[in-house]
Amino acid sequence: MTDKGGIQYSNIAEIKGPLVVVDDVDNAAFDELVEIETIEGERRLGKVLEVGNGKAIVQVFEGTTGLSISGTSAKFVGKVMEMPVSKDVLGRVFDGLGRPKDGLPDPIADKFIDINGEPMNPEQREYPKDFIQTGVSVIDGLITLVRGQKLPIFSGSGMSHNLLAAQIARQASVVGTNDDFAVVFAAIGVQYSEAEYFRRSLEESGALKRSVLFLNTADDPAIERIITPRVALTVAEYLAFDLGMHVLVILTDMTNYAEALREISAAREEVPGRKGYPGYLYTDLSTIYERAGKLNGRKGSVTQIPILSMPSDDITHPIPDLTGYITEGQIVVGRDLFRQGVYPPINILMSLSRLMKDGIGEGSTREDHAEVANQVYDAYSRAQEVRALAGIVGKAGLTEIDLKYMDVGDVFEKEFLTQATDENRTIEETLAILWKIVSKLPKNEITKIKDKFVDKYYQGE
Amino acid sequence: MTAQGRIVWVSGPAVRADGMSDAKMYETVTVGNSKLVGEVIRLTGDVAFIQVYESTSGLKPGEPVVGTGNPLSVLLGPGIIGQLYDGIQRPLRELSKASGSFIGKGITTTPVDMVKTYHFVPVASNGDDVLPGNVIGTVQETDLIEHSIMVPPNHPGGKISNLVSEGDYNLETELATAEKDGQNVPLKMYHKWPVRKPRPYLKRYDATVPLITGQRVIDTFFPIAKGGTGSIPGAFGTGKTVTLHQIAKWADSQVVVYIGCGERGNEMTEVLVEFPHLKDPRSGKPLMDRTVLVANTSNMPVAAREASIYTGVTIAEYYRDMGKDVVLVADSTSRWAEALREMSGRLEEMPAEEGYPSYLASRLAEFYERAGRVRASGSPDRDGSVTLIGAVSPSGGDFTEPVTTHTMRFIKTFWALDAKLAYSRHYPSINWMNSYSGYLADIAKWWSENISEDWFAIRNEAYGILQREDTLKEIVKLLGPDALPDEEKLILEIARMVKIGLLQQNSFDEVDTYCSAEKQFKLLKLIVDFYKLGQQSLKEGTQLSAIRELPVVPSILKARMDIKDDEMPKLDKLESDMIEQFKNISGVKVTN
Repeated sequence: MTDKGGIQYSNIAEIKGPLVVVDDVDNAAFDELVEIETIEGERRLGKVLEVGNGKAIVQVFEGTTGLSISGTSAKFVGKVMEMPVSKDVLGRVFDGLGRPKDGLPDPIADKFIDINGEPMNPEQREYPKDFIQTGVSVIDGLITLVRGQKLPIFSGSGMSHNLLAAQIARQASVVGTNDDFAVVFAAIGVQYSEAEYFRRSLEESGALKRSVLFLNTADDPAIERIITPRVALTVAEYLAFDLGMHVLVILTDMTNYAEALREISAAREEVPGRKGYPGYLYTDLSTIYERAGKLNGRKGSVTQIPILSMPSDDITHPIPDLTGYITEGQIVVGRDLFRQGVYPPINILMSLSRLMKDGIGEGSTREDHAEVANQVYDAYSRAQEVRALAGIVGKAGLTEIDLKYMDVGDVFEKEFLTQATDENRTIEETLAILWKIVSKLPKNEITKIKDKFVDKYYQGE
Repeated sequence: MTAQGRIVWVSGPAVRADGMSDAKMYETVTVGNSKLVGEVIRLTGDVAFIQVYESTSGLKPGEPVVGTGNPLSVLLGPGIIGQLYDGIQRPLRELSKASGSFIGKGITTTPVDMVKTYHFVPVASNGDDVLPGNVIGTVQETDLIEHSIMVPPNHPGGKISNLVSEGDYNLETELATAEKDGQNVPLKMYHKWPVRKPRPYLKRYDATVPLITGQRVIDTFFPIAKGGTGSIPGAFGTGKTVTLHQIAKWADSQVVVYIGCGERGNEMTEVLVEFPHLKDPRSGKPLMDRTVLVANTSNMPVAAREASIYTGVTIAEYYRDMGKDVVLVADSTSRWAEALREMSGRLEEMPAEEGYPSYLASRLAEFYERAGRVRASGSPDRDGSVTLIGAVSPSGGDFTEPVTTHTMRFIKTFWALDAKLAYSRHYPSINWMNSYSGYLADIAKWWSENISEDWFAIRNEAYGILQREDTLKEIVKLLGPDALPDEEKLILEIARMVKIGLLQQNSFDEVDTYCSAEKQFKLLKLIVDFYKLGQQSLKEGTQLSAIRELPVVPSILKARMDIKDDEMPKLDKLESDMIEQFKNISGVKVTN
């Protein structure tokens, strides 16, 4: 990550927040990697945000604490930031900038890749449609994940999103294939205990050898978080598209990433958009999320599960909002269900998988999957309405059919949603429970399933 | 004299260059040693402010900037249909040949294959005096598109000579020359047109013909006219993109321009994969034979996103000028507005609401004004239309944000997507209380002439039921359903039937995905007749539960999926079954 060449400048004009302004610069490029050396000889990394008229504005990833106007020097390395990659990165632990954190030496690089990546050509993408069985009923049955999808978990502080993400990482498999599988985990400003939970969980399941970890914990420099997801995705793309592996990328917590971005934007005195976040937050997030996918003629895939905590559980907050506009659906963790002790506490009505329709059905899951899932969504949504009504008029005021929907709600939460953290259900088991729920309803309430499937799978009277 | 300057400053997509006193506003320039494409958006002294359409990573002050002398233009000619372009009309297929699976920088290509030959059939003759807009011949561009070769609007016209005879020619062939005032100007199969300038036409008509999209909630309740404007705002997950895809697939237009403006890459891939296999319900030909895609996905350079809207609408106008009905869908105009905001921020302009520039409203107005049904310039007489439909992605699903509120001022059909409906899986989640169409009265004539004279009355009756239900729901929420008399409970029941049997439409179901105008009307009539019979039956003392449990009810609700467009007698049979069943429970006399 360091380079011997480059031009050294020592005329520092200004230091503010995470930014250093270097004067009398005549040969720096936009986005170029910069090495800052402190008066004590400590080295920090940064990149050029703006250059011109003899000035360069440099963003310092490791923070500006301890830097001084005199004595600090900046070296423009002559290239953008790159990540050395090879097959040896598997099983390794790196810091938030991609430097070894496990006491082992740098992996021997097969090549160096620009961490910003390049946009995938939409014409060269392969449309994702391979069903991933996560063994979690609510995901497989109603919010199906497919290879190459980006499906975030929207959660709130203190809820069980990490348990769920770790369970997915352990259990995720694609029905009927034996392809190479890898996990890339990026901790972005999370507590040490959370990062450690993931590491241990991967270790216990034996998946650590197929994993790469990037750890920027809460006590690491905030600005580094801009880089962490990018180095992680660079490695993921390499594993997927150069080595043909199916890579599951878990990024947690994207809220911390967005906050680091806001810090830089504020330091640059940019006109803010909503809640002080920069106007380009959407575009910036898309350069991370859009790095999921599959490519024509290449074997591997990058599947992303970004996790973000919604401030005050507010789904309209700019971070979940803009994320939802980019990702292919969302898994929403519900506070009410969490309080009731349900695991996984997924609010299915607010959750969605956009690519589900192409990953399910005959040949991948089962012919009736889409329709039975639609009916259960509809029934559960009716159940919620009935529950609200029962809260006002009491159970006595409900009609017979209303009571059946109440029943649907209970079976759904107790038997379908609820599952142990080590319980790995097959898709057949999941579909069987879905039909059990539908069968609580009389036949004339079933409006979303074709008669032929009702005849085949319905078990009610 | 083209400008030749040097870069003095770089920040993201914004570059300043000095020595540019010869540059013109909105001129395209090449930037840096890697020859990136850019556009001049401000001139101060000899410093030009340039927005760059490609990634500027690695660009340095001191590198050259060279003017091209031309504004940002698109190439218009045969070969556009079926293409996937980026925001500045570079074919993504060609880019991948140059840079593989990921998009590289500084690649130059031509928008269409210039050496591919087309069979040209002249319609003009040597000696004809032609004006701009006149058709001089035609070529078959795809199975579905007969492409008129027109005298370009920026061509002087004149007396035709050296017209080639019928035969196969490529785009660079001089098909003829036109002589005017001693000047000979060649005519080829293609010309260029600046994207920010609307193409001229002879006159505009009122929009009175509905665009049939095969989507019931749109065609029946909130229709859009050919040449009209519509907007579809919604929070994420409410189904904007699916609805737009449905319109692009099934609308009865001859050409579809689909702009993916700052949206997901996989969505464009989906169109690319799906459309060649889908058949146009009217011609039976692949949908790709009438579709052009412009894709500037969210992670592609932001300035090109700003341009993509103009690139798309200029292509749409070109096909309109041939006398075709063109539908343009832009997903999403909010991302385009954000691109404007980002460039405005870098220009350090004074922001208006939420950081958007003060000219946001006027830019939106200019865009939507490019819609219309027109008589094209030149002969022979040709009427064509451009229908503009823009998605809006309001932040936090809040319709009071600037892009939504400004858009509402310039469009006539408003399909408000509702997160609550989407959460309960009511798709398309177009809220029937908040949506509106300004074309309803204008297009009612078409329905009464082509489908049924009763259409308008029955449509309004069904809509009335939905409105009544909306009020009754409030009472139910407070007091429970038992507080209502049976007549009003019946309304709730009918509203449920309208919602499930008509408003909801499963775009992934083979049959339900497209619903012909005739089937829409028959389904509507079926439910409204059910209501009338139910009212009468209640008056005669029938129990509501007996009506609710009629065996015909589930059949009506599933008819949208079970009965195909070419099985209309089955719907008539359902109607007679319904009348029969009502007779059996109450002896109701048949009124119609």
